[in-house]
Amino acid sequence: MSDLANPDALATLVGKATTPRPAAGYWTAVGRRLKRDPVTIIVTLLLLAIVLMAICAPWVTSYDPYAGSVMRRLRPIGTPGHWLGTDETGRDLWTRLAYGGRLSLLAGVAPVMVSLLVGGLLGITAGFMGGLTGTLIMRTMDVFYAFPSILLAIAICGLLGNGLTNSIIALAVVFIPPMVRIAETVTTQARHLDFVEAARASGTTTMQIIRHHVLANVLGPILVYATSLISLSIILSAGLSFLGLGVTPPQAEWGLMLNSLRQSIYVQPYVAALPGVMIFVTSMCFNLMSDGFRSAMDVRLSK
Amino acid sequence: MLVFAGRRLLQAIPILLGVSLVIFGLVHVAPGNPIDMLMPPEASPEIIAQMKAAYGFDRPLHIQYLLWLGRALSGDFGISVFNAAPVLGQLMTALGNTLVLAVTAAALGFTLGIVFGMTAALHHGRWPDKLLSAVTTAGVSLPHYWFAIVLVLVFAVLNDWMPAQGMGDDSLPLWQRLDHIVLPVVTLCMIPMGVIGRLVRATVLEIMGQDFVGALSAKGLGRGPVLRHIIKNAAPPVLALMGLQFGYLLGGSILIETVFNWPGTGNLLNLAIFRRDIPVLQATILVLASFFVLLNLLVDIAQAAIDPRIRR
Amino acid sequence: MSAALLPVPPVDPRDRGGPAQPLLSVTDLRKHFPVYGGLLNRRVATVQAVDDVSFTIAKGETLGVVGESGCGKSTTARLVMHLIRPDAGSIVFDGEEVGSQAGLSVAEMRRQMQMVFQDSYSSLNPRLTMVDSIAYAPRMHGLPARQAVARSEQLLAQVGLNPALFARRYPHELSGGQRQRVNIARALALEPRLVILDEAVSALDKSVEAQVLNLLAELKARLNLTYLFISHDLNVVEYISDRVLVMYLGRVVEAGPVEEIYGRPRHPYTRALLASKPTLDPDRRTTVLPLSGDPPNPINPPSGCRFRTRCRFAQPACAEMLPPLLPPVDAAPGDAQHLVACILPEAQMNAEPRHAA
Repeated sequence: MSDLANPDALATLVGKATTPRPAAGYWTAVGRRLKRDPVTIIVTLLLLAIVLMAICAPWVTSYDPYAGSVMRRLRPIGTPGHWLGTDETGRDLWTRLAYGGRLSLLAGVAPVMVSLLVGGLLGITAGFMGGLTGTLIMRTMDVFYAFPSILLAIAICGLLGNGLTNSIIALAVVFIPPMVRIAETVTTQARHLDFVEAARASGTTTMQIIRHHVLANVLGPILVYATSLISLSIILSAGLSFLGLGVTPPQAEWGLMLNSLRQSIYVQPYVAALPGVMIFVTSMCFNLMSDGFRSAMDVRLSK
Repeated sequence: MLVFAGRRLLQAIPILLGVSLVIFGLVHVAPGNPIDMLMPPEASPEIIAQMKAAYGFDRPLHIQYLLWLGRALSGDFGISVFNAAPVLGQLMTALGNTLVLAVTAAALGFTLGIVFGMTAALHHGRWPDKLLSAVTTAGVSLPHYWFAIVLVLVFAVLNDWMPAQGMGDDSLPLWQRLDHIVLPVVTLCMIPMGVIGRLVRATVLEIMGQDFVGALSAKGLGRGPVLRHIIKNAAPPVLALMGLQFGYLLGGSILIETVFNWPGTGNLLNLAIFRRDIPVLQATILVLASFFVLLNLLVDIAQAAIDPRIRR
Repeated sequence: MSAALLPVPPVDPRDRGGPAQPLLSVTDLRKHFPVYGGLLNRRVATVQAVDDVSFTIAKGETLGVVGESGCGKSTTARLVMHLIRPDAGSIVFDGEEVGSQAGLSVAEMRRQMQMVFQDSYSSLNPRLTMVDSIAYAPRMHGLPARQAVARSEQLLAQVGLNPALFARRYPHELSGGQRQRVNIARALALEPRLVILDEAVSALDKSVEAQVLNLLAELKARLNLTYLFISHDLNVVEYISDRVLVMYLGRVVEAGPVEEIYGRPRHPYTRALLASKPTLDPDRRTTVLPLSGDPPNPINPPSGCRFRTRCRFAQPACAEMLPPLLPPVDAAPGDAQHLVACILPEAQMNAEPRHAA
């Protein structure tokens, strides 16, 4: 819902593709610039910690994420044995948050991956083939572009029924159109670059040209765009679960936890807000990391 | 210019048709027939068939689509499967309530975004830039449904400053119920504030780096006139994004409306999904998406009016 | 006895028709681009980018093509390379028709014909080192990597770049002239017989341009090449070409040996163009009025002779038909080399007052 269809983001990405970047020492320069950017380093480390916490959930806590107890419902933060308190069925909140990271990260990252693959493929096809195929693909995307993103996701999820898979499908459908647009624009431009024409003139086949010349130029912009989408995707996927359209109870997922704890806001206000903090911190980290990488990779700022 | 506007208008027609097709298709891809879901399990097959015929669900799909589209074009969205009231009436009330929220939030968010973005760009690299960039980035990264809960927590639970839910007593005039609108609007304006703020900062910085700005200063123009040139050049992309953001506010307030129990389109949609009230669901999405298409159309035309390069 | 002492030109095994058969023969090449517009975005007009262009290039010859920007020079080059598909016309390479069933396939033709583009930077993949860029096409055609690299280092040396210094560099680490040398090396990597140079030296500094021109001349002699040299720079074309083609609005208006074209131009357009050529020789002051204004819109070219709207000698007859490309009406017999698309005899043009008095 934020900068999904941000035309400026499109423009700068595309602009980057047309001015070919120097390759030698390029990644060294990017690394050097990243090293001087403490914010990016910190958020990257923080993200790594969150991912590790999710993966290693069984080892960071001794509780069962599904075993509750009527006796220990809604304990406050700082309770001995439950340092982040317990939820409305008495499950340890730290355990739920750690396990919840697994589904939340999966539900946030998977749609971006799917749309990267499908959208990239469609966009490169449309850009390279042009003609009727290209027009057909692009006009179909225009139709999906006509929906406000979250509305489309909610409609798909609401109609297909809830569940992790449907939530991933719904968000992927939302992210594919902008991905196709970027890939198509960059491919069309790359196709007309002189060195691609030169390769064509020396009898290189279409597949070889795409592999060696186009892909390298298209991949950068769409990868940068994809990383900037992850933050949004995490917010939206948790939002779907928050509405009861995503992951189903009793599974642990931050959006779903936020929803079920909402009823207890008058009893344990701080505990009820915690899952949201996780969503916020994770999405903020992805955003800042994407910003950091984007400016480190931008040659125009290198002087 | 007129030709451009006319062509854009014509291009919107197939898109709207596609949109209606997608909405109709989604409903029929979804598992479960709406009538089967609503009927008690002991209902006789005759009654079910009768109900299906009454709602037109027994016709072939393409006929159903054309009938639905034809009626929708004349403003007849059928009656709600849930409460048998005409869909149009419910939808219009809800749309009005959503517009109140969206317009206020957009006005606030855009103003803050522009002010923050400009200030950050003009103080590039210094502390105002860092502070405001952090604020706008937070606005973009914020799960706004959570922020809504936090606001409720602070202003309604821990302190009793603001009402937490609904639009207040219907019998009172709107201006006496203004306190109900504060929290939803503050929540909703965070996203446009963040998105517009970031774009304004990036665009203004980019323009300030261009040669012509240097040339203007070298010509001896003061800060004010130079700033005017910058704003004129930054306007088209910012305007375009504002249009999109307003559309997202209309269609995306569903989460906020759920938290605050605001009787708008989002709330209506949410209820329709859980009641499997297909006529309401289709109508709401169709109307919101059409709004969005028209909004994009207006933005395109406005952009072309400002920036002649876009025409053609 | 004495025959053995004469220098024997190396015979290319790919040569089919012998020296008398032209290497490239283009007949009635045509490309019209549609222009879309209006409310429904329908085809509203066509740009006649290249219209019935015919020419031949003899083996070992350099054919120069001149004309103002937008006259269809570059489009012609791309059509010959089949980078753009021609609407009509035939291309015959060393006796074999390109693209026809019995003749040469486009892929086979491209192995014998290569192109150097104007922009030395954008025509090199920024992610490939020089040696990889040059080795790329041979590798795609199946040459083992090691041999391809060895060959491309050899080619670098041939274009005057020390392989030890330049092989591992990336495009942005080279100067414009050096990059254009690399582009030439890359074009030569497939051992072509014909090289199309599309404004290949136009973006270079004057001193560098001279060096690259000398390199081109040297390579041509050494490798037995044939050039199609496209440029808007009259001096450069005069220097390098054997024969010259003058184009105006997608059509050939005059063609002939370089001394003929520069020494005794027949077409009013060629005369005006040469008059605008800068010279430092006080004895060769401008005597013909130079061209003024821009060429007309190629979407709606004038009827009849396309130059008539800017021609000082235009007559009513000029609007009636397109003048064909023929030997001049008052040509001496045997002067079949020189062709011009103008109905006026030369005497009439010379009789005209040289300065509007």
